[in-house]
Amino acid sequence: MAINTPKQTSHLKREILVRLIRSFLSENFEESTRLIPYDMRPKGSEVPYRCCIYKERAILRDRAVAGLGFSIEETDDSTLLSELAHKALDRKEPEENPLTVLTTACKGCVPARIYVTDLCQGCVARPCVNTCKFGAISVKNGKSVIDPEKCKNCGMCAQVCPYQAITKIIVPCESACPVGAITKGDDGHAKIDFSKCISCGKCVSACPFGAVHEKSQIIDVLKAIKSGKKVIAMLAPAIMGQLPCTPKQLREAILKLGFSDVYEVAQGADVTTKNESKEFVERLENGAEFMTTSCCAGYNELIAKHLPEIKPFVSDTKTPMYYTAEIVKKDHPDAVTVFFSPCVAKRREALQNPNVDYVLNYEEVGAWFIALNIQVDSCGESDFKTEASAEGRNYAVTGGVAKAVQTLLPEEIPAHPVIIDGLNKQSIRDLKRYAKNGVCDIGNLIEVMACQGGCLGGNATVNSYKAATKQLGAYVNESKSIKDTENDTVQK
Amino acid sequence: MSKKISVKVCLGTTCFVMGSANLQELIEIVPAKYGEKVEVSGVPCLGLCSIDWEFSKAPYVKVDEDIIKEATVEKVLSAIDNKLKEC
Repeated sequence: MAINTPKQTSHLKREILVRLIRSFLSENFEESTRLIPYDMRPKGSEVPYRCCIYKERAILRDRAVAGLGFSIEETDDSTLLSELAHKALDRKEPEENPLTVLTTACKGCVPARIYVTDLCQGCVARPCVNTCKFGAISVKNGKSVIDPEKCKNCGMCAQVCPYQAITKIIVPCESACPVGAITKGDDGHAKIDFSKCISCGKCVSACPFGAVHEKSQIIDVLKAIKSGKKVIAMLAPAIMGQLPCTPKQLREAILKLGFSDVYEVAQGADVTTKNESKEFVERLENGAEFMTTSCCAGYNELIAKHLPEIKPFVSDTKTPMYYTAEIVKKDHPDAVTVFFSPCVAKRREALQNPNVDYVLNYEEVGAWFIALNIQVDSCGESDFKTEASAEGRNYAVTGGVAKAVQTLLPEEIPAHPVIIDGLNKQSIRDLKRYAKNGVCDIGNLIEVMACQGGCLGGNATVNSYKAATKQLGAYVNESKSIKDTENDTVQK
Repeated sequence: MSKKISVKVCLGTTCFVMGSANLQELIEIVPAKYGEKVEVSGVPCLGLCSIDWEFSKAPYVKVDEDIIKEATVEKVLSAIDNKLKEC
């Protein structure tokens, strides 16, 4: 699938968020929230997607539950949205697992398997029968038939059929998950095993029914602002390619939402770059064959849950979010910090970092602008207090981190970057092999990004990948190189 | 051949977030497909989302004076085709 293909499911998710924000800002949050499904599908309205209006409303209700920050799995169907809205206001901190599956919205797809279609000609060559290593295919009544007991779903028969008559039926969420964490449960609906889930968000993007949601923290952030606390925004580099305005206008637009100050996480990325390039030199001098980067939260979850053997080769340098949050808390110890993220994985990282209080994704930020009717391109411009480097701002693009680290390496220790552009079953096997052999045969600096295209391909991005790359690229090009910036804020 | 057909893709914040981000490709596709006959551009907020708070029908695209709600690349191209037939 191409990165960031347009989807009606995104439209629905964003509409729910806008309505929730509007409800929060209205005179009666609880009642307005309860009415969201009815406002979206009033009596007699069209039923665009599902069997009937009641099913549509039930699903919209569940989408609102996720928008309020709760698990569908743990919420009773009989609980009213108004009660949940009330509960959301009382919540002290976000729930642990950042994803939730809407059983109502889940299609209960047919199980993944190999299927012989009517196009089968019952040919004489029978490459399918001959290729199958498991003896699962025979020809009956002039057509190939697969014995499900013997079939291992390898797909070899589908590859060799001269008529392309054999197809592999996939379950999109299962097929997208690189670690086998989401599978069809006994009832046929998708279920996430959180002991395996690395929060990469691929299932969120892959499900054509929009059945996997991030549990939003938007209400928590709105509440913090309303209570008059000093709330500070930390913008991950990817956001600079996301909205139709300049970075300086975006800063102003975010101040209009009620934030007290806005920092670029690229500032923290500069600290990461400096530390990581030093570390690379040290490791190679001490005889290491390779090092991998450590800034992608999805990759860090992968290491912890599935790939502990690579740990000795992973950089100990902290993420740009870590350093940025440290700087912000030092400047403003009393502030509530909110990380603006392109993906769900950063929610997990934030839970483990006491300096990061909340995470908002770009869909939520966009919805907030809509709810307040803020035209970002009509906002004024203001400068970020600390100017980040071109390299730090380019972290969001695949290859950007390795390139940044390379910029600061001494000539005698050159890096040969290897770019893992998206985690999938194959790239995870590659990483396992490098760890086992203690050497990577094609390079010594491995950049790992869980998402294809880097952070700009994150599950919660708004802009199309191509346009985002262009927009962010222009910002990077007008920025100074890290070699020329003097604001040395390194603290380790 | 009378005057050019004008296609305006709203790139206001609401339309952009609700989907016109993905309509930016029209700005390349349309000239390649229709050449001089159609003029296409991304424009600032057309103001359509604030009428009756119709943000949920965004993104909007205007093909001459016709408004396309919940626009997709396909809807816009078929609207252009229909216009060209009328000419």
